[in-house]
Amino acid sequence: MDTSIKVLIVDDFATMRRILKNILKQLGFKNLVEADDGTTAWEVLETQEIDLIISDWNMPKMTGLELLKKVRASSQYKTAPFLMVTAEAQKQNVIEAVQAGVSNYVVKPFTAEAISDKLKKILK
Amino acid sequence: MDVKLINPFINATINVLETMAFVTVTAGKPYVKQDSKAIGDVTGVLGLTGVANGTISVTFEENCILTVVSNMFGEEMNTLNEDIADAVGELTNMISGQARRELDEAGKVFKAAIPSVITGKDHAIRHYTDGPKIAIPFKTDGGEFTIEVCFDRQKRG
Repeated sequence: MDTSIKVLIVDDFATMRRILKNILKQLGFKNLVEADDGTTAWEVLETQEIDLIISDWNMPKMTGLELLKKVRASSQYKTAPFLMVTAEAQKQNVIEAVQAGVSNYVVKPFTAEAISDKLKKILK
Repeated sequence: MDVKLINPFINATINVLETMAFVTVTAGKPYVKQDSKAIGDVTGVLGLTGVANGTISVTFEENCILTVVSNMFGEEMNTLNEDIADAVGELTNMISGQARRELDEAGKVFKAAIPSVITGKDHAIRHYTDGPKIAIPFKTDGGEFTIEVCFDRQKRG
């Protein structure tokens, strides 16, 4: 797993961004960028080259699902790894995310091992 | 109130706290709470709509939430501040999500709002519906917390 890549972490809760950053740093990732909603995330994606997107679903302004659809519709990021990390775990949510092209899905609460396993799968 | 609506919140609370904060959580006996005074210092409140409408709240005593968030961040937290309030919001969000997943599997579909957080001694918790407030106390190594679940009397799934 290439840990030199640039990762965008999107969540409206600073707590979750902090936990994910801690886990990613433990895994060796150093190049981490944050956004607190989908709109801000899209601004980051337009101005910086991001290699991996880790996003929450339920956020104000632009949800994680809307961000995913926007990402998949763009020429630059249509194949970029996109990990959804969310408390939205109902069957319909998972189906919608898969249909929108999510690379993988982690349900909150999660362990560091769960994040590591999913990242290894989508970054291999 | 239908007990089938309560148990998923108890299961979710234990799962979320044990997974994210590495604390052992023991649930006490549920009871009907008569007043709106919070049993603790910081509360997350979240509205739910679906087969019933209601709210859930999660109220932590100061020592308990400081221990929980210290474990979540891997660094010691000493005061109730914005970081703690944010963490309580996210914990409430995760408990709601886990509980809704279990309810969804039983055919009861709910949608959740974004949680709000109230901090301070002797604060009040306002549930948005007129149903009975079921309180469930929990113990952890670091202190105690209470969840309250309140659904309206009108709709039943």
